[in-house]
Amino acid sequence: MIQLEGINKTFRVARRKSGFGRAVKALFSREYEIIHALKDVSFTIGEGEMVGYIGPNGAGKSTTIKIMCGILTPSSGVCKINGRTPWRDRIDHARDIGVVFGQRSQLWWDVPVCDSFDLIRDIYKVDARQYKRNLQELVALLGLEEILKTPTRTLSLGQRMRCELAASLLHSPKILFLDEPTIGLDAVSKIAVRQFIKKLNSQRGTTVILTTHDMQDIEALTERILLIGKGRILMDGSLEELKKRSSQRKTIIFEYMGPEPTLSTGMTSVEVRPGRLVVALEPDSCSVSAAIAHISKQVEVKDISVSGISSEEMVAGLYREYDI
Amino acid sequence: MRLYLKFVVMHLQSQMQYKVSFFLMTLGQFLVSFTALLGVWFMFTRFNEVEGFSFQEVLLCLATMLMAFSLAELFGRGFDHFPRIISNGELDRMLVRPRPLVPQVLVSLIEFSRLGRLVQAVLVFCYVIPASNIHWTYDKVITLCLMVICGSIVFFCLFLIYAAFSFFTIEGLEFMNIFTDGGREFGRYPYSIYGRDVLRFFTYIIPLALFQYYPLLYLLGRETSIFFMLMPLLALPFAIPAFAFWRYGLSKYKSTGS
Repeated sequence: MIQLEGINKTFRVARRKSGFGRAVKALFSREYEIIHALKDVSFTIGEGEMVGYIGPNGAGKSTTIKIMCGILTPSSGVCKINGRTPWRDRIDHARDIGVVFGQRSQLWWDVPVCDSFDLIRDIYKVDARQYKRNLQELVALLGLEEILKTPTRTLSLGQRMRCELAASLLHSPKILFLDEPTIGLDAVSKIAVRQFIKKLNSQRGTTVILTTHDMQDIEALTERILLIGKGRILMDGSLEELKKRSSQRKTIIFEYMGPEPTLSTGMTSVEVRPGRLVVALEPDSCSVSAAIAHISKQVEVKDISVSGISSEEMVAGLYREYDI
Repeated sequence: MRLYLKFVVMHLQSQMQYKVSFFLMTLGQFLVSFTALLGVWFMFTRFNEVEGFSFQEVLLCLATMLMAFSLAELFGRGFDHFPRIISNGELDRMLVRPRPLVPQVLVSLIEFSRLGRLVQAVLVFCYVIPASNIHWTYDKVITLCLMVICGSIVFFCLFLIYAAFSFFTIEGLEFMNIFTDGGREFGRYPYSIYGRDVLRFFTYIIPLALFQYYPLLYLLGRETSIFFMLMPLLALPFAIPAFAFWRYGLSKYKSTGS
């Protein structure tokens, strides 16, 4: 369905040091710097998959998405999406995909949302029956009823993002590209957007590719993760695999009554206060159950909470590991 | 086409939301090009003719130029705006729509205040067509239409080239204005008055004289060859390099970070 092979993209960027003298000099001779935005990027994504594309800022996420959308032409490499090369068959390709850029609107600023939708219908030549059905469904799913008549400029970010999602799906695309769809949204809107994307994937079978910095998006949505750094694909696997690879360290918080308990091997205390103990476990020498047993033998435990490493920390660890 | 009309209506509606601004802009546009007219008029209060052209004849030339330019501008205003379309990322949005790019750029900005210039061109024509002592036969009417239509196509191509330049550099685009605005301002007078070299330049490099100077000679009856009448058509192939340059620019498009 989506196939990238050996995609390279280099930019030539004029470099100029600060200062007036340099600026004048740059008028006559420019130094150029070649930036390798993507180096030999290859992957395949099947129909109906939901893939999270992660990496630090400037790693090449947006560049890859833009190549897959047909906005940018790569310097070399092959990209086939539904058998088409996006930047050559741009117009046919565009009919099959929906794109949401989190920081850019596709709605017309001064006109009511429903007018924007009508224009999109005409741009994509969606037939009337299909449009009506899609619109009803999207309005119901995303709760747009009340904001349809409002001009885009007066919408809140959360409302706008829901409208953006609807706008990108009016023509029933087979593939949906989401570039940071939850950026800047409040908790309620984030959850609404996630639920919607999930439903879309399971009910319509739309292939979804999303880039994000929010690990909760990834946890809630995707089974598969592509990690990119410095223009290269570094990892391609599931979230579970990723978790297994990173350290298994767990911390346990005990609330207890009685004297301060002693610790066994493999346990290190992080915080000790009367009535509260936080210990970190070495996964090889002490299991969670052994630790709980050991402590509860000594004191009366009122409350226990076990936490693993958070996905944010895990990803930060990964970035460190790959030095990106 | 239906879609184009929809966009026109949409732009009209959103511009009508700011009524005062709209009328002031239109008036402003009218006055700006009015100064050009005054300039010609003052010139002729001192001299009776310029290089063998009378006041009415120069006015005819001015009106053609103004009409061609304002028509091109009315449709092609989006190109003028194009550097901003690139820098605010709107172009990315256009590229993921299943429609050809050029019409999308065209509908991105339609300024009705530019009608001010068009209205003026029409007014000047109203005065000069009866006043010019030209016996208006069919072939001359056709010549005039050709001049205006081909002229606006050439200006349109110049806008396209201007826009294509902004794929490479956002700065330093001002020099293109020499050919668009400059061409229009120069074009108040027949290009021949600036000397042979200027005329050659505007014939072979930027084909502005092809729809201004040569067919004007035909209109005034100074040349009778049909070749001079059809000269504006020769300017049309200018669209080929203009469009090729645009395509080349697009393949070098870098997009902006997000």
